Amino acid sequence: MSDQTTPRPAEDAPGLPAQARSGADVATRPSLVKEGPDPGRPGSGRQQLLRLFPLHQMHSLGLVVVLVLLGVVGTVTSDNFLTSNNIVNILTSAAVIGVITVGQTFVIIGGGIDLSVGAIVAVASVWCTTVATQSYGLGGMLFTAVVVGSAVGLLNGILIAYGRIVAFITTLAMMASARGVAERLSDRQSQVVTVDSFNRIATDKFLGIPLLVYLMAGIVVLGWLLLNRTTFGRRTFAVGGNPEAARLAGIAVRRHTMLLYLLSGVCCGVAAVMLTARTTSGASNLGNLYELDSIAAVIIGGTLLAGGRGSLFGSILGVLVFTTITNIFVLNNLTTDIQEIAKGLIILVAVLLQRTRGARSPA
Amino acid sequence: MSSPLLRMRGITKAFPGAKALDGVDLEVEPGEVHCLLGQNGAGKSTLIKVLAGAHQPDSGDLTWDGEPVVLPSPTAAMRHGISTIYQELDLVDGLSVADNIFLGHERARFGLTRRGETAAAARELLRSLGHPEIAPGTEVGSLSPAQQQIVSMARALSHDTRLIVMDEPSAVLTQDEVANLFRVIGELTATGVAVLYISHRMAEIRAIGTRVTVLKDGRTVAGGLPADTPTAQLVALMTGRETAYDFPQRGAAGGVPERDEVLRVEHLTQPGSFEDVSFTVHAGEIVGLVGLVGSGRSEILHAVYGATRPASGSVLVDGRRLPPGRVTAAVRAGVGLAPEERKSQALFLQDSVVRNVSISSLGRFARFGWLDRRREATAAAERVAALDMRPADPQRPVRTLSGGNQQKAVLARWLLRGCRVLLLDEPTRGVDVGARAELYALVRELADSGVAVLFVSSEVPEVLGLADRALVLREGRIVHEAEAASLKESHVLDLVMEESRA
Repeated sequence: MSDQTTPRPAEDAPGLPAQARSGADVATRPSLVKEGPDPGRPGSGRQQLLRLFPLHQMHSLGLVVVLVLLGVVGTVTSDNFLTSNNIVNILTSAAVIGVITVGQTFVIIGGGIDLSVGAIVAVASVWCTTVATQSYGLGGMLFTAVVVGSAVGLLNGILIAYGRIVAFITTLAMMASARGVAERLSDRQSQVVTVDSFNRIATDKFLGIPLLVYLMAGIVVLGWLLLNRTTFGRRTFAVGGNPEAARLAGIAVRRHTMLLYLLSGVCCGVAAVMLTARTTSGASNLGNLYELDSIAAVIIGGTLLAGGRGSLFGSILGVLVFTTITNIFVLNNLTTDIQEIAKGLIILVAVLLQRTRGARSPA
Repeated sequence: MSSPLLRMRGITKAFPGAKALDGVDLEVEPGEVHCLLGQNGAGKSTLIKVLAGAHQPDSGDLTWDGEPVVLPSPTAAMRHGISTIYQELDLVDGLSVADNIFLGHERARFGLTRRGETAAAARELLRSLGHPEIAPGTEVGSLSPAQQQIVSMARALSHDTRLIVMDEPSAVLTQDEVANLFRVIGELTATGVAVLYISHRMAEIRAIGTRVTVLKDGRTVAGGLPADTPTAQLVALMTGRETAYDFPQRGAAGGVPERDEVLRVEHLTQPGSFEDVSFTVHAGEIVGLVGLVGSGRSEILHAVYGATRPASGSVLVDGRRLPPGRVTAAVRAGVGLAPEERKSQALFLQDSVVRNVSISSLGRFARFGWLDRRREATAAAERVAALDMRPADPQRPVRTLSGGNQQKAVLARWLLRGCRVLLLDEPTRGVDVGARAELYALVRELADSGVAVLFVSSEVPEVLGLADRALVLREGRIVHEAEAASLKESHVLDLVMEESRA
């Protein structure tokens, strides 16, 4: 043990000034140094971690740890957990909610919230599976789903940005009325999809992995790039972080806000296609409670509900954490009530962790 | 006189990046109306919050009724008999007048409010304040601002109050209402209650004040002056400077009018704020707007920038009319604003300096929306280096910087964008003494490079020292315009407060 730690101090000495230069928080630095009187033990390991992962990414790291722990639990409790079949299962069930969560993450970082995502999925699903739409074939159905999703999202955006109705209220109203439109359109009947190529979206596989998983992965990557590498993403953080400062810096805050809800609507349209293909029918009860699932994933992913800070990577990890829990419960034949309790506890713990993290950084 | 009701000695309070209070002394006697004078940012609000128990001072002594006290919470302050009537009235709109008055110390038994008793007590308080017409059952949200203020005062009196702090109570009132307020204050002080009255209206201080304490930059510059101290002396204390600053040299050529006119403002009017304001700013020229708080100075800047939409009048940049009320159009035309409230109006505090600097010029570093982050960081870092920001680390979160360096970050934003017109609202507010001279030099440098600068300051010497031309504002109108070098501070002070002397 002591043999292993002897080279550590030498490694540590040059490490300290490097950290000083890196501009880490002045206030926390001295306390970190004092905390670890014995170099080479957790204290210095933590410093190195901090250098590799800035504080705001620590949260995602924590989620990765949670995910690994869940993996251990799953493997121990069920022989079927760590099989490629089951992993593919988890990813497939994460696909639809994952795509929705991408849009939700943008909206929440931009200082808003979208409660209507589940209802948008329903209305897009129903609309793209009417007899009339199906007569146009695959192209017509895809087009309809995405356009309906975008249109509802755009309407949300216009009402919130230009009509100046609070996002919570606007999307709550939309949640009710879009679901109503879906019920009316479908007469509460499920509309079986007869277009084979459409259903194949959910059944086709490439290299043993369903197309749905690739779709989600692609949209997550696109979303990550949009959020972290483009002017649109940068402005999203600015608008959510300090709308008044953003306005006075010359950003068209209202237009940007509108676009965020449009983006969420587009994601819902795509998700509707994925979900409809999985169930091989369109129905007005699809996407039920997706708004809560997606918001929960965003929150445990480390995004501030108030906006301005957040991570898409974290959101997706959040989705995976929830789907993995569900999977473990299903494999062990446990009832869903305990599963709901576990979900609730995870949300609480995640938010508590966020708060201690916030308290540690001064002001 | 031997034992004051309240004595504060050397109170200090620092917030990250700024020192709000830097040695405040204050003494209030029972039964007096003690007036607190000071510009925006002088520390009045912070001081009130310390008194109300909402902020804890970092150092200094507080003596209440001869005994040292600490006020760890608003409840503690109230228990000692200190009530505060905030400018932004802290009433609950949806509750009735009576419920508001007794909020937090409801007349109740076993958790059940005694409605009749509460209403009767409220009615009695309102009558004593000269407002029997306010029914205790009325919802507070439906009352006029003046009536709400009376309710606020009734709430203060519902406690055993010995000191009432009033933060600019006259700001929302008409003349008649002010007269009634003064009458109420007179009756209160006759019973031995002390009033700490915050206002910047000289006439009011003359009318009801017993003594005056002047704050500036978080410090007491004069305490316990008699209320009939000449106005000029008071304003000089408020706006003057003890230290002389090195102002940069004005353009050697001095031929400002020969350069191109960049900004033209014509008949800009916003009833209640400013009236028929017209002026021009030329390339390379620094124009200073000087006036007291409430003279409309910041409002004019905001209207020029399109942050608010004026009722009438126009703003032209390089001869082209800007659409009113559109910041994006103003920014595109080359106008930049460094607002007065840096933290809430300009900065993204959690973000790095780079992100704060580049936010208005993102398009330049992007192709089809795709950011070239290396180019962005390099360009922002260049500006940061050029402005000699300390620490010179552009990746540092902007909240960790001092006030002066935060202001530099805002200036760097517009430098990076490259603007034709720069609007500065109180550019040295919250900036420590050492960094001010640097900012002055920087502004002059910008002007020399051809930028038209329009700035607002409540400090007369700053306008006279830095500006080429000064516009003197009083009650929303430009009352005087002159070469800054030819103006005398005392003359400007006279102009700024002509009305108050009458």
